[in-house]
Amino acid sequence: MRDDPDALMRNDPDALMRNDPDALMQTALAGFADPVLDAQAAFRAVLEALSRPGRVQHLSALPEVPPGLSPAAACVLLSLVDADTKLALAAGDAAEAWVRFHCGAPFTPVTAARFVLDASAQLGDLDAGTEEEPELGATLILEVAALSEGPGWRLTGPGIREVHHLHVEGAPAGFVAAWQESRTRFPRGVDVILCAGDRIAALPRTVAIEEG
Amino acid sequence: MSVLARASADEIALRLEALPPAPPHRRLRGPETGLVMVRGRAGGDGASFNMGEMTVTRCTVRLDDGTLGHAYVAGRDARQAELAALVDALMQDAARQNAVTQVVIDPLHAAQAARRATEARRAAATRVEFFTMTQMR
Repeated sequence: MRDDPDALMRNDPDALMRNDPDALMQTALAGFADPVLDAQAAFRAVLEALSRPGRVQHLSALPEVPPGLSPAAACVLLSLVDADTKLALAAGDAAEAWVRFHCGAPFTPVTAARFVLDASAQLGDLDAGTEEEPELGATLILEVAALSEGPGWRLTGPGIREVHHLHVEGAPAGFVAAWQESRTRFPRGVDVILCAGDRIAALPRTVAIEEG
Repeated sequence: MSVLARASADEIALRLEALPPAPPHRRLRGPETGLVMVRGRAGGDGASFNMGEMTVTRCTVRLDDGTLGHAYVAGRDARQAELAALVDALMQDAARQNAVTQVVIDPLHAAQAARRATEARRAAATRVEFFTMTQMR
């Protein structure tokens, strides 16, 4: 197939223009049904999640999701990632083709990325910004098995009146310890968006997590 | 594809009406408008330079059977891009290809060629032969 220029052109004109043979894999799944309003709704949900750490937000307008991505993670990528944001993605070929088609984001290693969706990434490896520009710190999009409000993690910090309880199933082993370690470099640091099904909850770098 | 890129949305829609109704399609991406940098080379082999940006609208559609159609057209006509992408998808079906070529592509191509020929004739009528003028002196 790759030797036939007409076939290449038909499958992914972008890839041919970029002269990038790896990108010639295509996706047949749609993004948001209404790109403007759905992306705004998803952005609002992310904003709400980050301003009220640990509160679970439901996303309603979901795209067609490739294997390897949860609907929530796909929504977050569609609304936050574009051709100007470096992305580290480890979710399989189908997800990669989908993100390339709909977001057009350049893929980079974990250490150089603004957004990271990689289950094996360690908080300490991510770009934490600089003392002068801490806002350049990366955002980790973390897929977990389930999210609900209830006994589990004990969150405190800005955006939480006293204490907030978040129950997370399937977080990476040692996440809470790594988070405490990561918070010591404040204002540098990493923000996390937890995704499960159509739910998201966020952990901005200001929040403190205790188990139990 | 170049025929569709030069045809207006109304022209394409008019030709498509003559075909059996197209299967339902869904927009995968766009139609969305953006800028594309046009690059050129002086004399065809010089160093490449950026000539300027042009407005381009692109669209990708998927038919119910999963066929994808892509289109990039100059300008901001979203409907033209979507119809061109739809025709691109229809053309990939061997059973439909002939009908689409005969009913949509060929007439559009003929109309465009005729339009070009008329313009060329009108331009030719006002052509000045500088060579003749020098001879007259």
